[in-house]
This record gives sequence, structure tokens and C-alpha cells, in this order.
Amino acid sequence: MSGRYRSRAPRADPEEKDYVGFASLPNQLHRKSVKKGFDFTLMVAGESGLGKSTLVNSLFLTDLHKDRKLLNAEERISQTVEIIKHTVDIEEKGVKLKLTIVDTPGFGDAVNNTESWRPVTDYINQQFEQYFRDESGLNRKNIQDNRVHCCLYFIPPFGHGLRPVDIEFMKILQEKVNVVPLIAKADCLTPTEIKKFKERLREEIDKCGIKIYQFPDCDSDEDEEFKQQDKELKESTPFAVIGSNTVVEARGQRVRGRLYPWGIVEVENPAHCDFVKLRTMLIRTHMHDLKDITNDCHYENYRAQCIQTMASKMNSDNRVESPIPILPLSTPDGETEKLIKKKDEELRRMQQMLQKMQQQMHEQDL
Amino acid sequence: MAATELDLFSNEDKRNLQLGGHVGFDSLPDQLVSKSVAQGFCFNILCVGETGIGKSTLINTLFNTTFENEEASHYENEVQLRPQTFELQESNVSLKLTIVHTVGFGDQINKEECYKPIIEYIDAQFANYLEEELKIKRSLFSYHDTRIHICLYFIAPTGHSLKSLDLVTMKKLDSKVNIIPVIAKADTVSRSELDKLKIKIMSELVSNGVQIYNFPTEDEAVAEINASMNTYLPFAVIGSMEDVKVGNKMVKARLYPWGSVQVENENHCDFVKLREMLLRVNMEDLREQTHARHYELYRRCKLEEMGFKDADPNSKSFSLQETYETKRKEFLLELQRKEEEMRQMFVNKVKETEAELKEKEKELHDKFEQLKRMHQEEKRNLEEKRRELEEEMNAFNRRKVAAETLMGQGLQGGSQPFKKDKDKKN
Repeated sequence: MSGRYRSRAPRADPEEKDYVGFASLPNQLHRKSVKKGFDFTLMVAGESGLGKSTLVNSLFLTDLHKDRKLLNAEERISQTVEIIKHTVDIEEKGVKLKLTIVDTPGFGDAVNNTESWRPVTDYINQQFEQYFRDESGLNRKNIQDNRVHCCLYFIPPFGHGLRPVDIEFMKILQEKVNVVPLIAKADCLTPTEIKKFKERLREEIDKCGIKIYQFPDCDSDEDEEFKQQDKELKESTPFAVIGSNTVVEARGQRVRGRLYPWGIVEVENPAHCDFVKLRTMLIRTHMHDLKDITNDCHYENYRAQCIQTMASKMNSDNRVESPIPILPLSTPDGETEKLIKKKDEELRRMQQMLQKMQQQMHEQDL
Repeated sequence: MAATELDLFSNEDKRNLQLGGHVGFDSLPDQLVSKSVAQGFCFNILCVGETGIGKSTLINTLFNTTFENEEASHYENEVQLRPQTFELQESNVSLKLTIVHTVGFGDQINKEECYKPIIEYIDAQFANYLEEELKIKRSLFSYHDTRIHICLYFIAPTGHSLKSLDLVTMKKLDSKVNIIPVIAKADTVSRSELDKLKIKIMSELVSNGVQIYNFPTEDEAVAEINASMNTYLPFAVIGSMEDVKVGNKMVKARLYPWGSVQVENENHCDFVKLREMLLRVNMEDLREQTHARHYELYRRCKLEEMGFKDADPNSKSFSLQETYETKRKEFLLELQRKEEEMRQMFVNKVKETEAELKEKEKELHDKFEQLKRMHQEEKRNLEEKRRELEEEMNAFNRRKVAAETLMGQGLQGGSQPFKKDKDKKN
């Protein structure tokens, strides 16, 4: 599926009298965006040995992790989670992409994994905070968008479904980043097993109320083929993926794959795994949607929370200067309210006494 | 065992005699075998591994039957061990097989306590056997031996190395039970990766001092095959109970879109080697090792704890009775002490609560006094105010009267009936 973007403007004849010309806006937008270039930050999370680095290499057809140091089992007993960033600039047909991959080595590897998600959430919050400051600053020309746009979470295929550590991680991250769960090392499951596993996962994700990234529905005026593809895409989540760093010879062609004594698994064969679907979704069709949702939902939530905490802090402590220009909130002060209440009480008491006195006088009169 | 016996006899003169004819005691092994076969054998396997890694499937495939086992969930809070006993029969040999599964292993977020239930279970089986051995009236020959003979440790095929949990658990288990590590779900690891993974795992085990079970190489009959099998550890296994048509035969295999992985094909996985080693060659050796090494170690530790010592040539040997008596006395003293402690604690607690209650009472009393005082003050204030009010009223009335009398005097010259009205009013 090449070129999801299609100009929907009718190709009007520029010679026509009624032709105004703003139908060329999409083209102008296209040109400007190509000139500006794009950026995308992808986070990969999951236990060691599930094929995260291999998948990233297969997705972007580069080798991002040239010299990695893999720790021994002994060293991993009490390992903490680190955050490692790799940034590459890649270009295709004139379109430049600055791709950042955020790796989380050590996640789920230690014997005690309580709160192993904390470094990850701290990192995401840090990026949000940075953007928030930049956006509220005075000079906004060159804002760098380092916010995490998508998090690929790798679920091991060796179990029966989601494990407690998976549920905890996805629950914590669902409000901060677009979570896309993947079934790693899918060449361990037969097609029937994959179907059962996916159903299980979808059920469990629903049951636990985890909000993973949902594909937006396609417009109703798209053609049938596209709608069908979209439906198939949605029904095959979570994607079962396989990655490979090696090229093998299969059916007369050289493809990325894994060579086994009993056959060859081709990474890009849709009958073997959902790698192609993932690539299409992530890169070719929904990359911008991921960025939009990060900007409109997750970032806005963070920003609103941040402002509220700052405002309440300011009201209780008048010395705090606002580092960011925000409108002063008109919340009634606690002290004045109390005073008002006291005075009200006094007034009421005096009124009561006056009434009593009047009554007594009235009685005495008669 | 045989080595120590020889030592005892080394002082006496051994004479080798030549036999003049066929006596017939070469049938002794056969007698032993027929007796054992009549008795039946028993074998206990412990499977340790993450939920869903293929333990039940592998056992089913090994014994070519489907044992009843429900799927475990990932959400257990603690590791539990589920033993199941089955009676199997092959030719004229009956086997009492017990399979113990670990449910919930490796699922928790904090896995530091994962190995404890396993160790407890193994020790419990040893303790039962020891108890039977120490009984006065014992029946060891008909005792159902539940000690674990072999632990199959399932390693997840992550492709890099052992997980930290695996290392910690195997280290704790290696002195209690024979461990054979296997790489589960091996159809996800390609040949080159598999070789690297095996080397990495073995080197990690060796460098951390984990003792896994080595197939014995003393017996010439099986020495060669055992030695070669030792180099294939850990076995990369796949399990399947489904039959797939390959060529023109039906074999057990897993069918993928890109090919079918046959369980009994030596090029595909090491299942055949595992079955060979575990069931066909070394089963008896495993049982022996469990009894001679692991159980003896446990027994020695346990008895030393209880206060027994081996007969020392320098000191006189302890008698069981004396040891029991001393232990009993100690125990009773301990009980008495504990009772005293508890009584002391109880008395202290009672004193504390009494003191607290007294304080609270005092507080309440003070509050009451304070409230009373406030009440009285308020009353006084009100009384004063009332008096003031009354005075004002009186003053006001007097002025009113004065004003009216003035008016009345003024009008006196006027009309009389008004005065009468005013009198009425007043």
C-alpha cells in the first residue's frame, strides 16, 4: 500500500473562470512538511531476549545496536532498569526522518521487579516537562519534540496470556504513551495457537481495562478495499511478530528470515507472521496519527495536571512565583471565607437577641 | 556404597578361589530383577518452569499418554506444588509415576520467594522417609517412596542466556535433587543460536558452581553413550501430542506454515536423547543417586541438628536413650520459660492498659470541669445582661409614665374622659 495520502481535490482546470485555487493547499502542505522533516520517537519495552533489537533492526532496515553488552544471569539478579536512546537520521525519497529509539534494558530481568516501571515513567514525564517548558518559553522557534510517540510492548509467547508484570506495566503507561502490545518470537506458536493466544490477550486486556492504542476508524468515503484492509488490520491485533538480522535464500529470493532445519521463516511473509502489518501500521499509515494522539491526549493530560498542581501550590504559598505565564485562578481564599462566616454568625445572634427583647417588651406592654 | 565396604574388609585376607563347576549364583541378578519387577518400581519427577512453558506437554510426550492436567493461570500469588500419581504398565513392568508440577513459578512481580515452596516440598519428602526409617516398627519395603528422583528445569529460550531467576533457583536446588536443565520450546531457536545458547548456559552454570546431574560414566556398558550425552546438555526439547503426516507416516510433530517440527527427529530437537537418558538408560541410577547422595546429606544434617554424632573412636558412643532424655528435659525447660514470659507479658499489658484508662478518665474529668465553668460563666453573663435589660425597661417605663402624666396634666384642663381612658391603659 503505497502513498496512503491521496489528494482528494478535484483536478480542476486552472483555466476555468470559477477556479479559485485553494485546492492546491494539500500540495503546499506536502512540500512544506518535506522541507521541514519529521521526527519520531519509539520506545521498546519487554524482557531481555524477546527480540526487541532484532525487530527494530528489521523494521528500519538498519543495525542500531552495533556493540551491545549483554549481561550474564548473575549480573542481572538485581539489575535496575536503564534508559538508552539511539538517534538516527534516515531519508527516503527526499523525506527526512529523525528517528529516536528508546530502549529499556533490564526491564523484568531482576528477581524482584517491583516498581521496575518507574524509570520508564520518569523518562516519559521528563520529556513532557521539557516540551511544556519549551512551549511556554519566550523563544519558540526551534522546539525539539522528544516526547515518546509510541511504546512497543513485547509479550513473551511462552505463557498462557498476560502476566502480572505485563498488566502492571501497561496499566501504568496507558495514560502517558500509546501502548502497542506485540507477541514476540511468534515462530514458537502454530497458527491455531496464535489465534487462541491473541483472543486470550484481547480478552484479558479488556477485562483489566487497559487502554491500548486503537486504530482510528477509516472515513466512510474510502473505497471498499481500503476498508477491508483496515478491518483485517484491526482484527489481527495484537500483532505476532518475528524479526531477523540475517538474510536467507528462500524460494529463489533473498529475504530476511530465520533458517531452521525444518523450514525457513520469512519475516515479510504475511502467512508467517504479522510483521508486514506492523510495519504498515507503524510507519506507512499511522505514524502521524500516533504523534497526534501523543500531542492531543497524553501531552494535554500531563499539561493540565501540571498546571493544576502548580496553581494549588501557589494559592497556599504566596511566595511562589509562577515560572510559566498562566491565568490567575479565582479561587476564594480560605482565610477570608472563615472571617465572613464568623461575622455572619455574630449578626445572626444579635438579630435573635433583638427579636427576644422586642417580644419581651411587647409582653410587658399588654 | 561399594567403596566403603571394601575398606572394611581390607584388613582381612581375601582369597580368590577357583570354582570347580557351575554353582549357579550367577542367577543372583536375575533373582533381584524378578523380585523388583514383582514389587513394581516407582519414579518421581519434579518439573520446574514458568507457566505455559510446556512442562505438561513434554511429560505427556515422554510417556506417550495424556495425563490429566488443567491449565494454570498466571495470577497465583505464591508458588504451589501439585503432585499427581499414575500407575503405568509396559510389558510386565509396572511403574508408579509421580509428577509434581510447580504452579505459578516466575509469575509474580517479586520472585524472591519463588524457590522456597519447592525446597520445602523436597525436604518434606525426605523428612517423611527419615521418619519411616527411624520408626520402631517400620515397613520400608512397602513404603511408597515419594522422594524426588529428578528435577527437570525448564529454561525459556530467550536466546541470550539464563534468566536471573533460573540461576538463583538452580543454585538452591542443586544440593537437594538431581537437576537436568532442558531448553523448552526449542523450535524458536535456530541451529547456530542453539549452539551458542547451550555453551553460554553451561558456562554460566559452571562459573556459578551449580551442580547439575551428570550421566554416570563408570559403568562400561553405558559409559560411552553417557559421556557423549553429557556434551549435549542442556537438551533442547519440543513436546507435542498431535500427529502430523510427514512423508507417508504419522509422527508427532508441530505443524507450522513453513514446515513441521518433528519431535522424534534428532536433527530437529534433542527429545529422543532426553527420553533415552531419562527413561531407558539412567532411571535406576537417578534413584540411587537420590538415595545415596541427596537423601544421605539431608539425613546427616537433620540428625546432627537433633544432636546425634557418629561413633567416635576416642569418646564413647552416645546412646539414643540418653540423648532423648536430655532433649526432653531441655524441651520442658524451654516450655516453662516460655510460659513465664507470656505471663509476664500479660501482666505488663494489663498494667499498661490500666494506666492508659486512668489517664483518659482524668482527661475527661478535667474537660467536664472546664465545661461546667464555662457554662456558669455564660449563665452569669446572661443574668447580667438580663438585669441591664430590665433596668433599661424600667427606666423607659418611668420616662413613659412621666411623659404621660405631663401630657395628662396638660390636657386636664381639657376633658375628663381622657383621664379615665389613661387610667384604664395604665
